[in-house]
Amino acid sequence: MKTTDEIIRMTNITKVYSTGDVETVVLKDIDLVVKRGDFLGITGRSGSGKSTMMHILGLLDTPTKGEYILNGTDVSKLDEDEQAFQRNKEIGFVFQQFNLLPKLSALENVILPAIYAGMKNKERTEKADMLLTMLGLADHLHKRPNQMSGGQQQRVAIARALMNDPELILADEPTGNLDTKSGDDVMNTLKQLNKEGKTIVLITHEHDIAMQAKKLIQLEDGMLIHKEKQKVRV
Amino acid sequence: MNFEELLTLAFRAIIGNKLRSFLTTLGITIGVFAIIVLVSIGSGLQSYITNQITSLGSNVIFVTPGGSGGLGALLSNKLSLQDWKNIQRKTISTAKSTPEIRQLDTLKYKNLKSKGAFVFGVSSSYPQVVATAKISEGSFFTAGQEQSGSNVVVIGQTVFVKLFKDQNAIGKRIFVGNKLYTIVGVFAKIGSFAGVDADNIAAIPVETASVQYGTTSVSRIDIAANNPDLLPIVLRQINQTLLKKLTSDDYSIQTADSLSSTISSITGMLSLALGGIAAISLLVGGIGVANIMLVSVTERTKEIGLRKALGAKRNDILKQFLIEAVMLSVTGGVVGIILGMGVSIIIAILLVSTVTPWSVILAFGFSVAIGVIFGMAPAIRASKLSPIDALRYE
Repeated sequence: MKTTDEIIRMTNITKVYSTGDVETVVLKDIDLVVKRGDFLGITGRSGSGKSTMMHILGLLDTPTKGEYILNGTDVSKLDEDEQAFQRNKEIGFVFQQFNLLPKLSALENVILPAIYAGMKNKERTEKADMLLTMLGLADHLHKRPNQMSGGQQQRVAIARALMNDPELILADEPTGNLDTKSGDDVMNTLKQLNKEGKTIVLITHEHDIAMQAKKLIQLEDGMLIHKEKQKVRV
Repeated sequence: MNFEELLTLAFRAIIGNKLRSFLTTLGITIGVFAIIVLVSIGSGLQSYITNQITSLGSNVIFVTPGGSGGLGALLSNKLSLQDWKNIQRKTISTAKSTPEIRQLDTLKYKNLKSKGAFVFGVSSSYPQVVATAKISEGSFFTAGQEQSGSNVVVIGQTVFVKLFKDQNAIGKRIFVGNKLYTIVGVFAKIGSFAGVDADNIAAIPVETASVQYGTTSVSRIDIAANNPDLLPIVLRQINQTLLKKLTSDDYSIQTADSLSSTISSITGMLSLALGGIAAISLLVGGIGVANIMLVSVTERTKEIGLRKALGAKRNDILKQFLIEAVMLSVTGGVVGIILGMGVSIIIAILLVSTVTPWSVILAFGFSVAIGVIFGMAPAIRASKLSPIDALRYE
C-alpha cells in the first residue's frame, strides 16, 4: 500500500458549497502531488480557497468530487469518525491561533493526540516530555499556555503535532500571530523537522514566509497555479 | 479514551468551575435529600402504626360506630352501651369485651392538675382485651366495682407523675372532672406517638362514666376472642347481635389484620405522595444539570473542535460530556443520600422515621439516570459539532 514515495495525491478535487440554490465553487479540479520529504508552501489571497484546501488536506472536510489518497489510503469518502482516526494517525496540525487548551499544562496539551490514539499513560508522558525538551521547553512542562510567550506556545503546538509521529505536518499560518523573531524560530523548527524527514505543507498568505518552502504553489479563485520556484535553501 | 481518563477529564472540568458545579449539584442534593427524608418518615410512620396494631394481638376485634368510610358516626352515634351488653352476653363463652366511653377531662389532686387527660369508661375486662393496658401498681377495678358504679379510677403514668411525683397513689382520692374517685391502680408506661401522650389517661367503670358524662353512646367496643381460632365465630356472633337493632351502616367491624392493612395502605400512599413531591424537586435539579451542561458545551466549543481535529471521535466527545453530567448529578446524589440518612436518623430519635434501603438505592439510581437523561442532549450536541466550525468559534 505505502510503497509509493507520494504522501499526498489529489486528483480533480472540487469543493462546492451550496447555500440555498446558490452554488459556490471554492476549489476546482485540483490536482496535487506531494512527495515524502517535501516542504510545500501554499499561498493565495483571502478568498482564494486556501482555508478550504487546508481543511480538505487535513481531513477536516470532505471534497464534493475527486480523489484524495493520503499515505496510500483513499480518504476522499470517509465518514467523520474514520476521518478522525486518519487525522490522528497521519497528520500533525500547527494552527495560527496555537489552539492549546488553556486549562491544561504544556505537557498535557502535547499528550492529547496520544490519548485519542490509545497510547499508555506512562509512555505518552515520557514521549511528550522528550518532545518538549527537544523543542527547548524543558523548563515549561507544567506551565499553562497563558504563562508562556506566543513563540513558546507555538512550539508546544509543534510538539503536539509530533506526538503521534505523523509523516505529514500541516501548518496553517503558523507565524501569523507571532513577532518576527518567534516566527523565524518556528520556521526554523519546521525546516529542521523537514530535514529530519517530515513532510511539511505550509499554508500562508505571507510572501516571505512562503518563500522559505522548497516548493510553492498558489491558489487563485479555487485553481492551482504552480510557481516555478526552486529556491536555494539557506 | 478509557474510562479512567474520562473520569479524570470530567473531574477536572467540574473542579475548574467550582461555584457553578456546586450550585448545580445542590439542586440534585436537595431533591435526593427530600426523597430520602420524606420516604423515611413515611415508612417510619407505617412500621410504627403496624407495630402498634399487631401488638394488640391477632384475636382483637373493634366495633366502631358508623359505616365504613361514612361520616355517619360524627352526626349520630347509634352504638350504645346496650349493644355492648348484648355482645357480651352473646360471646360470654367465646370472648371478653369492653366498651369505651371517651371523654377529655381534667384530673386534680390537692392543688395539682393534669389537664386534657383521656378518661376512658371501660369494663373490668379492659386489661384482658387491650394488650397495651398493663397495670404497674395496685390492680384494675373489679366486675363488682364496675356493676355497682363505684367511683374508682386507674391512672396512666403521666397523670401519676404529675399528681403524685414518686409517692404512693393507691388509695388516694382525686377529682375526675367534678367528682371524687379513689385510685385503685396505675397503668404501666405506654409511650407517646407524634406528640400525643398515651399515658395521660384514666380508666373508670363504664357505668360510672355513663352517669358522670350523661351518655350511653360508646366510641368503640373492643372484643378479644379467647383464642385466634374463635375469631370467625366471634365475628358472626357480633354481627348477629348488632343487626337485631342496627343496620350494617350503623357500625363497622375491624380486626387487627384488617386495620393494619387499611392503615398500611394509607401510610403507603402517604409515603408515595411524599416521595412523588420530592421527585419533582429532583426533576428540577436534573433540568439544572441539563442547563449547565448546555452552557458548558457552548463555552467549550473551541475545545471540542480542537479535540476532534486531534483525533477525538464523536463517541469520545459524547462520553466526555455525558460522564461530566453524570458525575455532577451523582455527586449531588451521594451528598443528598448522606445528608438525608443523617437527618432521618435524627428524626428517628425525636419522632419516627426508618431509612429504607430501597429509597437510598432508588435515590442513587435516580441521580445516575438524571445525569444520563439530562446530560444526553448537551452531549449529543457537542458530539455533532463540526471540527471546522467549532475551531473557528470565538
